[in-house]
Amino acid sequence: MKSLAELLPLLPVVVLGLTAVALMISTAIRRSRGGAFALTLLGLAGAFASLVAIRSYVPASVSTLFRVDGYALFYVGLLLVTAAFVTLLSKRFLEDLGRASGPPLPAEEFYMLLVLATLGTAVLVTSGHFASLFLGLELLSISLYGMIAYNRRGPRAIEAGIKYLILAAVSSAFLLFGIALLYAEGGALALPIDARGTISTGQPLLLAGLALLLVGFGFKLAVVPFHLWTPDVYQGAPSPVAAFIATASKGAAMAVLFRFAPLFDEGALRTFLAVIAGASILGGNVLALRQRNLKRLLAYSSIAHLGYLLVAFLASGDAAARAVTFYLAAYTITTLGAFGVIGQAAGLRGWASTEGAAEEIEGYRGFGRRHPWLAGTLALMMLSLAGIPLTAGFVGKYLVLLAGIGSELWGLVALLALGSVVGVAYYLRVLATMYLRDAPMQGPARPQDLSGTIALAILALLLIGLGAFPEPLTRLVEWSCTGVF
Amino acid sequence: MMLAGLILIPLAGGFATWQFGRRSPGAGRGIALAAMLADVALVAAIALSRGGETGPWWLTLRAPWIPQLGVQIHLAVDGLSWLLLVLTAGIGVIAVLVSWREIEDRAGLFYACLLWILGGINGVFISLDLFLFYFCWEVMLVPMYFLIAIWGHERRAYAAIKFFLFTIASGLAMLAAIIGLYVLHGQATGSYTFDYLQLLETPLSAAAGLWLMVGFLIAFAVKLPVVPLHCWLPDAHSQAPTAGSLILAALLLKTGAYGLIRFVLPLFPEAAEAFAPWGMLLGAAGIIYGASLAFSQTDLKRLVAYTSVSHMGFVFLGVFAGNELALQGTVMQMICHGISTGALFIVAGMLYERLHTRDLSEMGGLWHGMPRLGAAGLLFALASLGLPGMGNFVSEILILFGAFRASPALTAVAAGGVVLATIYSLRIVQRVFFGPRSDRARQTDLSLREAAILAVLAAAILWLGLFPQPVLRISQPPVRQTIEVVR
Repeated sequence: MKSLAELLPLLPVVVLGLTAVALMISTAIRRSRGGAFALTLLGLAGAFASLVAIRSYVPASVSTLFRVDGYALFYVGLLLVTAAFVTLLSKRFLEDLGRASGPPLPAEEFYMLLVLATLGTAVLVTSGHFASLFLGLELLSISLYGMIAYNRRGPRAIEAGIKYLILAAVSSAFLLFGIALLYAEGGALALPIDARGTISTGQPLLLAGLALLLVGFGFKLAVVPFHLWTPDVYQGAPSPVAAFIATASKGAAMAVLFRFAPLFDEGALRTFLAVIAGASILGGNVLALRQRNLKRLLAYSSIAHLGYLLVAFLASGDAAARAVTFYLAAYTITTLGAFGVIGQAAGLRGWASTEGAAEEIEGYRGFGRRHPWLAGTLALMMLSLAGIPLTAGFVGKYLVLLAGIGSELWGLVALLALGSVVGVAYYLRVLATMYLRDAPMQGPARPQDLSGTIALAILALLLIGLGAFPEPLTRLVEWSCTGVF
Repeated sequence: MMLAGLILIPLAGGFATWQFGRRSPGAGRGIALAAMLADVALVAAIALSRGGETGPWWLTLRAPWIPQLGVQIHLAVDGLSWLLLVLTAGIGVIAVLVSWREIEDRAGLFYACLLWILGGINGVFISLDLFLFYFCWEVMLVPMYFLIAIWGHERRAYAAIKFFLFTIASGLAMLAAIIGLYVLHGQATGSYTFDYLQLLETPLSAAAGLWLMVGFLIAFAVKLPVVPLHCWLPDAHSQAPTAGSLILAALLLKTGAYGLIRFVLPLFPEAAEAFAPWGMLLGAAGIIYGASLAFSQTDLKRLVAYTSVSHMGFVFLGVFAGNELALQGTVMQMICHGISTGALFIVAGMLYERLHTRDLSEMGGLWHGMPRLGAAGLLFALASLGLPGMGNFVSEILILFGAFRASPALTAVAAGGVVLATIYSLRIVQRVFFGPRSDRARQTDLSLREAAILAVLAAAILWLGLFPQPVLRISQPPVRQTIEVVR
């Protein structure tokens, strides 16, 4: 019989699960929007605190299902912070949802789904077994269906939800088939984290299994050619949910994929990955050029950014681990901020009815004059995505370049540079719209809501802080990656 | 500490002008002027405190930044850096002064952008850590973009984005080369660092040296600019507001020239020597090409922009001539071009404020209404064509003397550029100030502020022409050191 102490390293996951249960019970007793909001934040904070508390107990395995080490802890921490920001940013959205015409839509379930999705990502990054990996992935996906279609009176919500449902199901099928093939060949379902190198990749079944696994993850990461769902889902989902998909969901998938990166160190698979990376960089950036909807633009830009990440993925050694981890952290901050501003802009004029206007890039004409702080935040986020110095995005891009050049991936590095230049063009277009063009007359705006403003302020400060002094984060990244690879 | 101040004062001043300038434009102007005057004082103080150190570096500042990545804050000043700091500080003050009346809309933000650019330029001139250098190099792009895009002329958005894309693309090539150098140095010596003084010792194979040099060269050649990478310049220069054109011409182009002397020659001596004949060819081509295109422009600012292309051809020629004389001339040319072309942009800006046009065909006979502005225009046009007694004459003659030793044929071609310069410079004067009077000829002449700006610049260019020795003496040690490395 396992003692309770052995479960200790899993404490953050347990706290998250308890939070979800508590939310359910409290909502069943009495509905309270504010209560659910507070409970969610409390649960996330509790999970984060437990994370800090158990940091000296790692690395440890909890049964064969979970593997908790510094790497997993870092990502669980990042995901918890992400979830907390999403909570803050969605408050106004949920308030407006309750106030919309017709009978009000409930808000408490949203928090529940959010906590469950976060639990799914946490399980994913701590998984040490294909069973727990699949469990985490499904928990995440199923919660996301609900979150994407949450504003069910929105014009595109149901469409986006269905689209995600179908494609996630297809990707799960690929993943399962891949796992089955790996099982048929290797006879074990435990993730080969410690047993790296014991599997030789000369066997065709194994190769096929790994390729199918990559396809399954490719859908989650939305890299070309598995990217088709992204723009529609981003556009149809409420912006905090889109932020969650872009950061937490993709980040967790990338983290777990990177854990068994050594498995993919084989000629054909490397070529496969390199083609995916190159196609994502080119495809994402070129398609983003023509977008007139800010959320779709961010969707295509995220495809390109995942391509950059794959360049670091293909590099080897410490530099690669550092680059992937830092880049994901910087990308998370930036993307949360960008979607956060879209959400705020929508909230300024009553969310439920007008999110369409806050999505169109044209709708940001004169934004710099009317809302200098919001516009400044969005500008910072765009500059970070473009990789301009003094932002966290620059340090991330620099680390990826360093990893790529260190491993002599010249072709991909050249594509990365080319993609960055194309990227600058469309990020600047957003800036130009905000600052150079004057707006048509508009009615008075509602005041900004407090929680969203706080979240955006913290994100902007983090962005600049990490851009000027990346040292604390690089130190943390270093700590989390030692001994894992 | 003084070195950190060179970057931090403009940076902090920028935030102050931005915040206070929102409430009153006057406060923004005042703070910006104060910050730039503080910068002037700092530069002077650096020269005065120079005594102690005996090596080439007058002052050095080292502090850890991101030790895990081998990145540190390493700032240092030698003669070359100091001369360019003087130029930056002086042009900075003037840039604030010329915008005094021109900028009304969002003035606080305007001066903030101006100060941030100047802080970045200062950083470029004193960074001896390649990461920090790249950081400063890129960080000034964003405020420059806004400067052109918000306060520029009709096609400002187009010009601004063109400028940004050219610079960022070439900057990425340099970043890749910097990282490549870092990796090669680390593999060879075991110490991963971006420190310039350590990277100087990197053993490089011929092929690696060539590729890395190309990366650096692309970035500097775009900034300088060298034909055929100059396409962004005429648009950016002609569409920017006066202060923007002034900073672009007088300072930003110099960062490219500075990079060539500070980084390309010492870091990759063999590769630079191999490239030298081509470099001189490109330089001579730029001189002739820029001058011919300048002649056929009808837009005054665009015309002056093309003269920059021509003058920067001299810089490229001088850098790759590979001897002390030419390199001394290059340093001199950087300063003199900054003053004379900067002044021509200011004259063009003052004309624009009065006439609301930059079209040469709508000007003419303006001398009658504005004799003082006319005299200033004539003086700077003469400086630009290299009249003896002006600084440009000294620099161009030094470059030509030096280049003659390396390649008499190309020097002959380049010397042809001086003749062309005479044609386009006199054409400016003739079309604007003489000739038939246009119906806009009746205008107010220079105000006291404007007269003071132009008088200071005129005095500087005359002083450089008549007594170039102090400048040459300051630039000699670093120049000689660079030449010795190249040999």
